[in-house]
Amino acid sequence: MNAQAAGGMPEITYNFAYLDEQTKRMIRRAILKAIAVPGYQVPFAAREMPMPYGWGTGGVQVTAAVLGPDDVLKVIDQGADDTTNAVAIRGFFEKTARVATTTSTQAATLIQTRHRVPETPLRENQILVYQVPIPEPLRFLEPRETETRQLHALAEYGLMHVKLYEDIARHGHIATTYAYPVEVAGRYVMDPSPIPKFDNPKLDDCPALQLFGAGREKRIYAIPPHTRVRSLDFEDHPFRVQRFAQSCALCAASGVYLDEVILDDKGGRMFVCSDTDYCNGRQEAGHRGEMAGEGA
Amino acid sequence: MYVAAKGGEKAIRNAHALLAKRRRGNTNLPSITLDQIAQQLTLAVDRVMAEGSLYDVELAALAVKQARGDLIEAIFLIRAFRTTLPRFGYARALDTARMLVRRRVSATYKDLPGGQLLGPTFDYTHRLLDTSLGVADEAEGVADQTDQAGEAEAPVAMPRVTDLLGQEGLIEGAPADDGSEPFDITRAPVSFPVDRSTRLQTLARGDEGYLLALGYSTQRGYGRSHPFVGEIRFGDVEVMFEAPELGFEVSLGTVQVTECQSVNQFKGSATTPPQFTRGYGLVFGQCERKAMSMALVERALRWEELGEEPGAPAQDEEFVLSHSDNVQATGFVEHLKLPHYVDFQAELDLVRRMRAEQAAEMKEAAE
Repeated sequence: MNAQAAGGMPEITYNFAYLDEQTKRMIRRAILKAIAVPGYQVPFAAREMPMPYGWGTGGVQVTAAVLGPDDVLKVIDQGADDTTNAVAIRGFFEKTARVATTTSTQAATLIQTRHRVPETPLRENQILVYQVPIPEPLRFLEPRETETRQLHALAEYGLMHVKLYEDIARHGHIATTYAYPVEVAGRYVMDPSPIPKFDNPKLDDCPALQLFGAGREKRIYAIPPHTRVRSLDFEDHPFRVQRFAQSCALCAASGVYLDEVILDDKGGRMFVCSDTDYCNGRQEAGHRGEMAGEGA
Repeated sequence: MYVAAKGGEKAIRNAHALLAKRRRGNTNLPSITLDQIAQQLTLAVDRVMAEGSLYDVELAALAVKQARGDLIEAIFLIRAFRTTLPRFGYARALDTARMLVRRRVSATYKDLPGGQLLGPTFDYTHRLLDTSLGVADEAEGVADQTDQAGEAEAPVAMPRVTDLLGQEGLIEGAPADDGSEPFDITRAPVSFPVDRSTRLQTLARGDEGYLLALGYSTQRGYGRSHPFVGEIRFGDVEVMFEAPELGFEVSLGTVQVTECQSVNQFKGSATTPPQFTRGYGLVFGQCERKAMSMALVERALRWEELGEEPGAPAQDEEFVLSHSDNVQATGFVEHLKLPHYVDFQAELDLVRRMRAEQAAEMKEAAE
């Protein structure tokens, strides 16, 4: 990427995928450690990136560190390839790494995501990179990093169970709908990032490598392929995902995560797939929802 | 037929084109030059260099221009560039006693070796709008006078107030330079509790407004540390670097810095006699407000080693240092404008379900 040479200023050039090789090596080391200790938050020296903190700098750094010239990259935000931040991040790698990009979950070798896991099951040799805002699952129960690291070290997760129990006592069920905590490989409790809990079961025994990057908080963690990931629950209150009464208005899919779209100010609304690639694929295969036009 | 909102790519392109246009403003007016920014908006450039942690006047001026005067945005641009630069090594600790002093005031002594030098300061100006600046070319010739009044003289060693106090043992000793490499917060993740180098680095690039508010809070009773401004000095210091392959020091040039050393009360402890303690602030450029705030906060954060009572916000190391970076803060606060509809959908579903359950219960109770 070249900065505009202004008024005789020297031209600025950047390395493949923006980060210099030493930085990538440092991040790869953190990733390897994260894979070796599933669910454990590995501190890493996150760099400033040319996009704001909280907008995916952790995910972008992880992607930059593992991306090779032959990779095919897909970037989604809220399940969609065409949300503005996904477009911006995809554009960043097109510009700085000149890699091939795709919107197809099948065709991608590396998928960076914010807030969703694709509906199409992932396969081996794929990497799913999550953007993580707050990596610490215990953060809102205990604000201090010095404390939470100790709690993890001791596997002392009573706080979390008490919180979930209090939800049940107060509301009759667990009132966490996204960023729902999971236990990884029977050891660390982990924040799966703010994906809806609907997506939690997809993390379990997933054939793809799942990497989580939190740039501002300087943490990387991972779920290696085929790792047991259990959403926290109680015997008498087992974990349950959201269910939608409707099916997708465009592709008629059911059992997928839907976005609610307000159509007018008279209460008109429709539900459509949050995963645009999945929805398009079904429409191309001839599935028609109640609001899809003919042969769109 | 419904078509989901698409075209993010086109929208972004258009928004950026519009931004470029707005940045340029009315094209009948000449474009502002980097020299003009560097020369006439010096303090904005200084702040960008200080919080951007990169001493480069030209790039900082460019960042101010590109950011349309939004200094946090400019700081962000500088940081994103700085992060790509290779590290050659660490410079020798700056010797601020050998500063080419452009301004130096002490609030603890009426007169002292080297004297008081007001230099370019807003202090004692009447804050009255000066409409004569509204015309294109204002009066010239003032600058020469200040030069004669002290600027651009050859550097003479000017002892620091804290050194003078130190001769009598009235103030704690300056932490010795043991020659070890400092912790580098841009190259390693910080873990708490932190050492002095980490604390000072974090504060040095911390947001001016944030440190100002925290420093202010210590003056209003939240972690009171009874400060005196021992000295503030602003001027040029030489940066010395020893390249391993050379085996001797070379000068890399000079940077302008503002240094503030506060002198604070300390009652003493079982093992230490009463003596003054230090708070330290050092910032690129002329950023006096920031240097003073930094010194106050730095001192407040040292409560534990000095055996003071904790409890005030400015004393809380993890809180203070974790939230001081305005590039991090602005990014995370502003990320709230990114779409969150997947998570919001999950919350909508929950609220509807809970409302339905409650309605059913109330109906049952009524029957």
